[in-house]
This record gives sequence, structure tokens and C-alpha cells, in this order.
Amino acid sequence: MTAEAKKRGGIPWRKWVAAWSQRVSDLAIPFLAVFTALAIGAVVIWASGASVPKAYQGLFEGALGSPRGIAETLVIATPYTLAGLAVALGFRCGLFNIGAEGQFYLGALFAVWVGYSVKGLPIFVHLPLAILVGALGGALWGAIPGFLKARLGTHEVINTIMMNYIAVLMVDWLVNRKGPMWDATSTVPRTPYILPTATLPQLVPPYRLHAGLLIAIAAVFVVYWLLWKTTLGFEIRAVGANPSAAKYAGMSVTRNFVLAMTFSGTLAGLAGAGEVLGLNRTLPAAFVSGYGFDSIAIALLAKSHPLFVPFAAILWAILRNGAGLMQVRAGISVDLINIVQALVIAFVAADEIIRWLYRIGKKEEIKEVVFTRGWGR
Amino acid sequence: MALALEMRGITKRFPGVLANDHISFQLEKGEIHCLLGENGAGKTTLMNILYGLYRPDEGRIFLDSREAHIRSPHDAIAQGIGMVHQHFMLIPVMTVAENVILGMEITRRGVLDRSQAARRIREFSHQYGLDVDPTAYVKDLPVGLQQRVEIVKALYRGADVLILDEPTAVLTPQESEELFRIMRSLAGQGKSIIFITHKLKEVFAVADRITVLRDGRVVGMTTPKEATESRLAAMMVGREVILSVEKKPAQMGDVVLKVEDLQVKDDRGYMAVDGISLEVHAGEILGIAGVQGNGQTELVEALTGLRPVAGGKVVILGDDATADRPREIIEQGVAHIPEDRHKHGLVLSFPLADNLVLSTYYRPPFAYGIAINNDAIDENGHRLIAEFDVRTPSVYSLAGTLSGGNQQKLIVAREFSRPIKLLIAAQPTRGLDVGSTEFIHQRLVQRRDAGCAVLLVSVELDEIMSLSDRVAVIYRGKIIGSMPADRATPEVLGLLMAGVKETEGPTGDRSDR
Repeated sequence: MTAEAKKRGGIPWRKWVAAWSQRVSDLAIPFLAVFTALAIGAVVIWASGASVPKAYQGLFEGALGSPRGIAETLVIATPYTLAGLAVALGFRCGLFNIGAEGQFYLGALFAVWVGYSVKGLPIFVHLPLAILVGALGGALWGAIPGFLKARLGTHEVINTIMMNYIAVLMVDWLVNRKGPMWDATSTVPRTPYILPTATLPQLVPPYRLHAGLLIAIAAVFVVYWLLWKTTLGFEIRAVGANPSAAKYAGMSVTRNFVLAMTFSGTLAGLAGAGEVLGLNRTLPAAFVSGYGFDSIAIALLAKSHPLFVPFAAILWAILRNGAGLMQVRAGISVDLINIVQALVIAFVAADEIIRWLYRIGKKEEIKEVVFTRGWGR
Repeated sequence: MALALEMRGITKRFPGVLANDHISFQLEKGEIHCLLGENGAGKTTLMNILYGLYRPDEGRIFLDSREAHIRSPHDAIAQGIGMVHQHFMLIPVMTVAENVILGMEITRRGVLDRSQAARRIREFSHQYGLDVDPTAYVKDLPVGLQQRVEIVKALYRGADVLILDEPTAVLTPQESEELFRIMRSLAGQGKSIIFITHKLKEVFAVADRITVLRDGRVVGMTTPKEATESRLAAMMVGREVILSVEKKPAQMGDVVLKVEDLQVKDDRGYMAVDGISLEVHAGEILGIAGVQGNGQTELVEALTGLRPVAGGKVVILGDDATADRPREIIEQGVAHIPEDRHKHGLVLSFPLADNLVLSTYYRPPFAYGIAINNDAIDENGHRLIAEFDVRTPSVYSLAGTLSGGNQQKLIVAREFSRPIKLLIAAQPTRGLDVGSTEFIHQRLVQRRDAGCAVLLVSVELDEIMSLSDRVAVIYRGKIIGSMPADRATPEVLGLLMAGVKETEGPTGDRSDR
């Protein structure tokens, strides 16, 4: 978390010193949260009678111990990064987008549809088209709750949760046996495979790591640029930090709600598109990802800063990818990883605990990001 | 005379700030002791220590010459210290009696004994001239009476030392007079009062002794007889201060703002502005006086596009702006100093430089297309901070780290950085110290002299009278009277602020009760 992270603000050096001195204790907290969570995890492993060194060695080796392990970790970090950016962008506008999961589904659905049904295009047209339409699917799914909030004042948390159900069940119906998108030649419920011209190429064959990673990296910088280098981002952040002041300054709060939710959905949609175009090449029924929900944790851990999101995503990917070997080596359940993840989130969210544990002083009482804003308006 | 309270060598540090630096303070029995100081001087911290909200790092507190350990407001109350906060802690839907006994209810066989509570309240009323009806609902009482309920509440809990935190901020001049009468009556019967204020005139009206704080230290103790207003102001600020605003006669120009029969609803749907008509000309300051909560907030929000207009018309520079959005109004050359600088004026988590372009960020040179030009924004920040003397480590500091006075200067800097034809200033110096107030007043008059039309809305009579060329008084959503500034005396304005029209005379004034 150094070279790129230092660029935040992208600014002369005095500015970053000022910004950093204010936040340095803030930055220590995610690290200490992870460390503390792993320590408590060790206690749990020890209490269950397994070997702590074996378990953590397994975790580490599984995730980073081999080229294949590293590649798989990055495969998982790719959708995590995109979906994490989606949630972080929402937070920046004061919106709690719990709908990344549904937007992810829509992205996958739209992308796979273009991927198998549009024929006769060269790869440099077909692939971008499939990605674009996937992003559009996510954008649509994000824009709807954004629009409902702007127009009717209904809370985005409720609506994005509901949109998740609609997305999951709709995909289920579409790809199941006798469904409109079911591949009749297949015995399992899934869509037809996408054409080679719509497939995201592998980066280092034979590993599964695909070009979606490049999209994710690009997205990190695009979101950073959007938030800090454009008037749109200025408005989104102002609305997120203080909607009353934003309105006073002549910005349209409701327009920014719709925009932020649309951008957020686009990013989650890209994550879904990447999964089907780069990995599965089909959309199976029961395509349960969990990426959408984990991405909330990732955005929180990254303090909603786009440049920190990939690091949080990689951490989550390590925990998820290494869990298998940990289980084999130490004979403990992979669920332990869920405990560690939950502890990380608890410590990041309730950073008072970490501040107290490590005697970190309270910083000045200014919240940089408003995560959510209650149930009213 | 015996000491009711003594604080010795009180020191309180907050990260980076020495809020109280070995403060010693003595309160005699039956004394009204005024604690005078600018915001951030440490008055509130000191009183919060006395009331058990903070623990001092050093120092000791003595009550009746015995050392007292006050760990919580509960302790403070038990030891006879009562506090009346600036914001009342009353439950509007309950009666006076219920509010007073809340938390220490008298019961008879498990049933609330309201009649005994009412009897005690009547006793106090009789004894101290705190006339208040125990069976009335708090929500039906005017602010002045609600404050009395707070005082009764403190006395009911056995307070011998009473802390009044800026008690006159919400009162009309007549209500303030009434409060001072009550304070004298309480002191005459042995109660000791700590009176916190930054209004110099009040100090002379009521205080027996005055302690002045600055930068967390006691800079002096004096009496009204020995002190003068300018002497006290200089003690508070640390330098000589010009108390009156010097200004030339107004050079009135064309009508800039014209409001016709304006109606605006408040958040609850009641008509808060009920048929206001007024005109503001270029080169003049129209002051709107009135007690807080008589429709000023809604009036200003309607004029600036933040609140929908329910009826009537707003015309700015000849254009109908009744249904305009905030940005359209801003682009017509309207500046707005909002009454709540934290809610509307600033994005506290943004750097100063960004706050200074909050309404102009989308135009050259700050942005071309959608691309923001951070260099231009920073450059603009440096320039304005120097010009408006905003005290800050850098333009990259977050607005929330500044003191109230500097935050207000930041807002004024931003609003004055555009070419403006109309300035709407709502409570522009609320909560500011003498130094910042002086600065902002000078800037307002400068704008007026440059041909800007200024609508000044303030609850501070001194501010209205020293700045305005014409004065209008708002009462329950209507302009109840208006006059040229030379006819606007505190007496005339005070009666109007209480809802008494000039022709009616002082009968029906609620402070007569």
C-alpha cells in the first residue's frame, strides 16, 4: 500500500503531507484490525485442538505459495476489486449500496447473453460489446434504486436488497431447464457457452487469471479520477459529506444520488461480466458468488478510498483462496476464515476497540466519509 | 463574605489544546458573577468541569469551603449546582410541573403526586418572582417562560449555585430585563449565580463582579464600576477593538430584491412566512430584526431557493426568481451567508480550498468541461485565505478543524469572491467572538458601499442597529413594522419583536405577566 497509495490526491507534496499527517493513525487501523483478527483466529484454532502454525502456513501457502496459488488469488481479487469499488463509490455519495450482488448478477446475465447470442463479430468488437452490455446491466440495476430514492425518497438499502432478490430469482428462472436462456443441449441448468470471440483472454496460461484483472486495475484509477479530478466527483463527494451544503451550493442532490448509484451499479456489473466472460463462460443456475456482499466489507476495510480497495480485495482473496489448504493442513473448518473476516470487519467498523487496544489517540472529530445516513432523508 | 464556590488552579488539556490553564475562580454567596470571554476562551470547559461533565487534569473545587469531588452532573446537582443550558432540556408535551419533577418524582403510594409538585413550584414563584403556571404545557409557553421553567427546575433540585449559559441569546430585550430582575431577586435571597455571556451591555446591567477569560487563562477580575465596555472588549480580545461600526450614509440605488406577499411553509407544514413584502435597494443594508423562530430561517431559505415558495413572488434584478433553483439564484449574483454554517455553509470534511469553490467549482478556471483544475482551486484558496485573514495551517486543512470565527470568515471569503449584487446574510456573526464580528461587520459595510444590496437577518439587536440603513421587524411570519435606522431604538424594536404594534402601546406585552 505504498507507491499507488501515495498518489492519492495526486498532488504536490505539501498537500499530501497535510493529508497524511491527519490520517496516519487512521491508516494504521485496518492493519491492526487484520492483525488482531488473525491473533484471535489463532486462539480459536488452538482452542479447537489444531496446530496454529500449520493452519496459518497452509493459509499462506494456499494463497501465495505457488504461481498457481497467486494466480487464483488474483482471479478472486478481480471481482472483489470491482465490486468493492462499487460499494466505495456509493459510500462516497452517502449511499449504502447493498445491491452489488444483484448488479453483479445483471452484469453477468447481460454479458453472457451478448456472449453467446451475437454471432459473426470479430473479437475486438464482440468482447468489448459483451463487457459494455454487462456494465449496462449493472448500471440499470443500480440506477433503479437511485432513481427511487431521488424521486420518492425510498431508502436505497431496502430497495437494493429487494433488487438483489429480483436479480437472483430472475436469473434462476431464465437459465433453468425450459427457461428462455437454458442451453437445451446441456443436462445441467445453464446458458449456452459464450463464443470464443467474447472470451476474456487468459493472461498467463495455463492459469485461469484473465484480462478482467486489467479492467479492475483500470477501474481503480478511473474511479479515483472520477472522484477527485472531475466536477462530477466533486459533487458526489460533497453530497455524500453534507447534502445540505451541496444543495446550498447549487448542486442537485437527487441527480447525484442517481448518478452515483448508476456508476456503482456499472462497476458491480463489470465484476459480473468479468466472471462469466473470463472464467465460467456460461451462466449456471445457482450462480452464487457472494462477491456483492463481501464487497461491502472490502469497501469498509478500504475506508472507501478507491486506491485502497485493491489491497483490501487481495486480502479478502488471500483469506478465501488459502482457506482450502489451511483446512487440509490443520484439519480445521474453512468456516474459521469467515470468523477471521468477521473479526476484521468488526474491528474496522468499531475502530474504538482497536484504538483502545493499541492506545491510538482519537483523531479530530471529522468524519471523512458518511457511510449511511439513517432511514429518513 | 463567605464563598459559595471556589475553583483553584483548574487545568484541562485536550489533544493539542490547553482549554483551561490554571484557572482560579471565586463565587461569593449571593453574588452574580459574570464569566466573560470569546468563544474558545474556556468558559464552557470550565463550567462543564464544575457541572461534572469533564474531569479536570489539575486543580480543586471547593463548595462552602469544603473540597468537592464532582464526577457527574448527578454529583453536581446533589451538591447544589444547577445549570441552565443554552438549549433547553424540556419536554414540550408535558406540563411545567411534570417537567420540573422529571427524574425526581414525588409519589404517594406509588402514584405521582402532582399537586405537591405544583405547590412547591408556586412557592418558588412567590419567593423569587418566577411567575409560571405549573399546569401549563411547556409547548404553549414563550421562550422566556420556558427559560424560567429551567430555572425552577434547577432550584427544585436544590441548587444554590446556578450556572446560566448565554441565557439571553433567545430572548427579546424585555424578556432579558425580566430575566435580570429574577437573577437579582435570586441573588438577594442568597443564591449565587454564574452568568456566562459575551454581550458586554448585559454585564453592566446585572453583574456584581466580572471575570474575563482569554485563551484558557484568567486575564482579569473587575467590577462594572471599574470597567468600561471598551476596556472589557480589549481584555477579551487582547487588543483594542472598535465596537461601533463606522459607515457613511447609504447611497441607495435601484431595487435589487423585491418580495411580494411571500408565503413559505416550515418543515411541519405551518405557514412560517405569512405574507411578507419588502424591497432591498442597491447600496443599502436592510436589517430584519426579530426573536429567533419567527420565520427568518424560512424567509432566507425561500429567497435562496432552498425551500419552495407557497405563495407570492420573489423578484431579483427584475427577473422572477420565485421558482428558481439555488444554482440559478447564485448565478444571478446572489451571495448567501447561511445561519447554520455547519449544516449549509461548509463541507467540514473538505479542505479549505474546496470549500472556497463550493459553488463555482464547475466553471473556468476551476474546471474545464468535467476536468477539475486543482491548481487553480489551490491558488484561489491561497489568495482568499490571505485576503480574508483565515487562520489556518494550510489550504489543505479540513474546514472542520477551524474555529467558528475562521469558518465564518471562510464562508464570507467564498461568497464575496464572486461578483455579487445581492447579499443575504443570516446571523452572520452568531457565536463569533468580538474580533471576528468586527471583521465581518466591516466587510458587510464595504460591500454595501460598493453598491451591493444587503439583506441582514439577525437576532442580535446591536448588530441590526449598528449595520442597518433600514430596519424591519419580523414577528410570527409577518413584517410587523419597519423604520429608518435612526428611529430604531432598542425599546421600539423590542416591543415590535414581542408582537406589540407601535399604535397599541405596551399593553398585552407578555413580559408584563
